[in-house]
Parts: sequence; C-alpha cells; structure tokens
Amino acid sequence: MTSGPNLHFQEPVCHYLAGTMILFTLVMMFTPLPAEAEYGDVVLNKRAEKAGMRPVIFPHWFHRIRFRCRVCHTEVGFEMRAGSNNILMSDIIEGRFCGMCHNNKIAWGPQNCQLCHSGLPGLEGGVRGGPPTGGPGKY
Amino acid sequence: MNELLLVMSLGLLLVACTEPEPTAPRAKAVSRALLAGPERWKTIMEDDLHDPTGPGAKQLQNPAEALYYLPSSFTGNNVRWVEAIEEGYINPRPSILDSNYEMQVLDLDVIRTRTADMPMVLFPHKKHTEWLECSNCHEWLFKSKRGATRFGMFDVLNGEYCGRCHGAVAFPLIECFYCHSVHRGELKKPVTELEMHK
Repeated sequence: MTSGPNLHFQEPVCHYLAGTMILFTLVMMFTPLPAEAEYGDVVLNKRAEKAGMRPVIFPHWFHRIRFRCRVCHTEVGFEMRAGSNNILMSDIIEGRFCGMCHNNKIAWGPQNCQLCHSGLPGLEGGVRGGPPTGGPGKY
Repeated sequence: MNELLLVMSLGLLLVACTEPEPTAPRAKAVSRALLAGPERWKTIMEDDLHDPTGPGAKQLQNPAEALYYLPSSFTGNNVRWVEAIEEGYINPRPSILDSNYEMQVLDLDVIRTRTADMPMVLFPHKKHTEWLECSNCHEWLFKSKRGATRFGMFDVLNGEYCGRCHGAVAFPLIECFYCHSVHRGELKKPVTELEMHK
C-alpha cells in the first residue's frame, strides 16, 4: 500500500500550515504600521523648521471637498509634484500660492500660524498616507 | 485534529485578549480598517503627522467628520471621490477667479491595449474632467495626438504620467483593476491601441 505513508504525512503538514497561518496573523497584529497620515497629506518642510516653525501639513482631502483640482493646480499654479513648489511665507502674505485663498476672505489668513505649521518636528517633506508612488521597488 | 483546534483557539484567545487594550495603537489601526463607522479614519491627534502637543492640532477638523458622509470605498481616503461629485454629495468650486466658470467635461473613453497579460486600460476623460481641466494633463504630460505619448507601468510606478496623481492623491496604484478593467475575452470586436469611444 503506497497510500498509507502519504496519509501519515498529511496531518503534521496540516498542523504546520495552520500554525504558520496563526503565527502570521499574530505577527501582522504587532508589526508596526507605516505612518498613519490621511491619504494625500503633504508635508512641507523645506524651510519651516530651519526658521523655527513646525512643518506644514497640507491635507488634500480637506481641500478637494471645497475646490476642484484645477483651482490650485491651474489658477494658483501649484505644480503636481511634491517638493517642486518653492513657497516662501512672504509669497503667502502677499497673496500668492496658499495666500490666494488664505487671505481672511476665502479662508482664514496667514496670521493663524499654528493651523498650517502643525506637523511633528523632524518630518521630511513629501506626500504621505498610503501606498505611494515612488518607484517599482516600493511594491 | 484536536491539537489543531487547541492551537487555533489559543491563538484566537490571545488575539481577543490583546485587541481591546487601549494602549495598543497598532492593534487599533489593524482593526480600524475593518470598521464601517467614523472610526475608520484616524484622528488628527493620532496620525503620526500632526504634533499633538502643538496648539494647532486640536483646532483642525478630523477626516472622519467630513469623509464619513461621502460615498465610501476601501482604498485611499476611503472615499469614492468621483461619485461624491456625480451624486451631488459635494460640489467643489471650479474656480476662485471667475464665479461663472464651468468645468469643461469631455465624455471620451480611451482604451490602451498594450498591457501584456493584464486586462486593457480604460481611461475615462469624463471622470477626470470633472476635477481637472485639459491643460492640467495636456500637452505637457500627455500629448493629445494619438500614440504620441509613450509610457509604461514602470513610469507610472515612478510617479510619472498617471502616477503624478494616482498613488499620491487619486486612488492608489495597488488597485490594479480600477484601471485595467477591460477584459480581452469579453469584447465583441477587437479594439486597436488608443481607440476612442464617445
């Protein structure tokens, strides 16, 4: 009988598989997850921290409820690439970039420093919050 | 078989015991994805991005307060943004310079057939032009002329072409079949590369 030994082997294999699955589940439960930012949040920290302010967190989700993409990416002139927009605080105060809306007319003005400069110290600039573009090596 | 049951029940017991512990943010984050309520979105105070000790974080709106009321999905912001506009949940302003401006919506589908073993890609202009205007993509990123823009998945994963938005703010690139949605076998007649459909 050749089927005897085969059957004999199946049970430990089954245990091994089940054990692995349970272990995998447990490991998944306790491995650290990547940063939990909301999808599309952008960190701006080219200058903020060097100038003694917290990094800026820009939430795409909040803005796209109120404005279509073209408003910021055509009318305001933000390039669609994190890090490629050179935004100075003086630009904003003079009504360019964020300052086109954040002027106390459309949205709250630039005197509310803490509302934008709300990030954790030490954050690097870039798009956060979920499976990002950043090269095939990431997948 | 008994041993198997024992191991499984022990595992379940362990999971059940650790889950409700309030000081376990990781377990909380894992279970959050399974929730249907506003708990699905992390709060500003616990998102590892805002500084909870700063003066601004507690003043900002939490994502759940707005996103919970929009058509839901299981990816990106957990919101189906295009449906949110089409079904009238939101009506984002199309312009801040011209109060009479209306979006130039173009109803034109483009099919990309050279997708190797994957289903073909359907690009719907309509869904995109409800958010963007022509010049956001044309002619600098995508040429209007058929076949003039050559790119592949490698470029997209690198954040170029479609990857400028998809993977950053539009639905992420792990959702392969959102784009690769036309199965070759289901077509009544063959299509050519970049065929357009009104």
